[in-house]
Amino acid sequence: MSKILVCISNVPDTTTKITFTDNNTQFNTNGVQFILNPYDEIALARAIELTDGGKGSVTVINVGEANTDATIRKALAIGATDAVRINAKPQDAWYVAYQIAEYVKANPFDLILTGRESIDYNGSKVAGMLGELLDIPSVSIIKKLDATDSEATVEREIEGGKEVLTIPFPFVAGCAEGVAEPKIPNMRGIMSARTKPLTVVEAVDVQTLSQIISYETPAPRGQVNLVPADDAAKLVDLLHTQARVI
Amino acid sequence: MSVLIYAENAAGKFKKSTFEAVSYAKAIAAQNNTNLIAISIGDVANDELAALGKYGAEKVLNVSNDKLKNFVNQAYASVIAEAAKANGADIVVLSNSFSGRGLAPRLGVKLQAGVADGAVALPEQNGGKFTVKKTAFSGKAFAVVELTSANKVIALTPNSYKVVEDGSAAKVEDFNIEAKASDFKEMIKDIVRSTDKISLPDAEIVVSAGRGMKGPENWGMIEELADLLGAATACSKPVSDAGWRPHEEHVGQTGIAVSPNLYIAIGISGAIQHLAGVSSSKVIVVINKDAEAPFFKVADFGIVGDAFEVLPKLIAAVKEYKASA
Repeated sequence: MSKILVCISNVPDTTTKITFTDNNTQFNTNGVQFILNPYDEIALARAIELTDGGKGSVTVINVGEANTDATIRKALAIGATDAVRINAKPQDAWYVAYQIAEYVKANPFDLILTGRESIDYNGSKVAGMLGELLDIPSVSIIKKLDATDSEATVEREIEGGKEVLTIPFPFVAGCAEGVAEPKIPNMRGIMSARTKPLTVVEAVDVQTLSQIISYETPAPRGQVNLVPADDAAKLVDLLHTQARVI
Repeated sequence: MSVLIYAENAAGKFKKSTFEAVSYAKAIAAQNNTNLIAISIGDVANDELAALGKYGAEKVLNVSNDKLKNFVNQAYASVIAEAAKANGADIVVLSNSFSGRGLAPRLGVKLQAGVADGAVALPEQNGGKFTVKKTAFSGKAFAVVELTSANKVIALTPNSYKVVEDGSAAKVEDFNIEAKASDFKEMIKDIVRSTDKISLPDAEIVVSAGRGMKGPENWGMIEELADLLGAATACSKPVSDAGWRPHEEHVGQTGIAVSPNLYIAIGISGAIQHLAGVSSSKVIVVINKDAEAPFFKVADFGIVGDAFEVLPKLIAAVKEYKASA
């Protein structure tokens, strides 16, 4: 395997308290720290492992505006070889997948990895859309990825179990926990990230197919009903008669 | 125009999440004064197929051939897209299951359709706008997405729409289609499906435990309670990170989001990332020895107490309830 592409997104840190502005139509980014999507970190870590020892290169690609450069540099510090930013505000998944597919058509890769989903809009769509746009296989959520020169063996999660698949390159896969342990950049990585190539590509024109028009926050729950520690029977009774869930 | 529902099976049987998706799709068909067609791919018995009519399918297209016996993402997406085109379906519904997450985006591209994945409520259709509420920020919020395309794909979150049974048997028709060879590049080597355990995304009750359990050797009590309640077991991130439990059980922002009727959290403090993954549970019970644990703020019921003292009592109480029920 020589060339791996890892699609990365720039998302609010997992500790972020989510609030909205403009009558709940805009995500409030005020004071929010943005990070490399945690699932993309797993994909990147596995890509680096698979190409370790000069066996290939890892390119990271992001569809975003200049404010995502810090996250891209983080990916370079972790160990990506080079980076591409498609200069556009990421709109819907279709828009993002289309931009990446256009880039890949001109610059082919053997393997394309994404995170299983982004932790902001929780789409798990880019991997599948890329597969379809490029007419290659896609696996939405994988837990394990091993590769030989011509094909990979992956474990895909299914309800209550797993499927083991072999897939010839090229293909797209969405990575979840289990594929690799995220890597922490070391000092050398951080220093070299500054000089690694980050190419900015202009976006192609394409119509979106969806748009977010507003947000809602979950309804707050009432006061907790505390049951004495020695009266578990009362809890069971409440779950049966009041909450009606058992 | 019509609505097409992909009825996913597991080893030849439809699951509750499929019935939810059929019921949901039926309601969308009713909103649009049109009919609901189901498509099933794989080896499913005729009476099982016809029974989809109970949930609102008028016709079931049965795709049964050896090559399509097991799930092949690319080929299944091709077959479903062809069925949508052949039947003039402009809305395709499926469950946001592990396989559904693979199919929905490919269908979106094939049908040039906007995709609402993780839908949690029926669409609203006002003044030419078609909007769907879906989970966002890993359960910390919801987003209302407008699908602006003529065709639409909606993937329904399991446990977010009630099964409605008010129909009768559906007409079953064979749907024969030859998927192209290039759709079959992936090869299934092995399928491991545990039959004695309830899968976490499908579970109506989840018993989840955290670092408060002190070590993997103490999970016997968690499993016993889960067994008694017919529940799936889950855990917090530190527990799966430490290797006490498998990653598949990790519930939270970077693990799996669940929306069961009852979520019982034992020895989990309730970090914001964990709460994100459970916020759409209908009822939350928290057992923690620390009365200040943040989890109590989002709980419906709670016990402040040591898990090692409370759990045996709770197990005994559930046994007693079971015996009397």
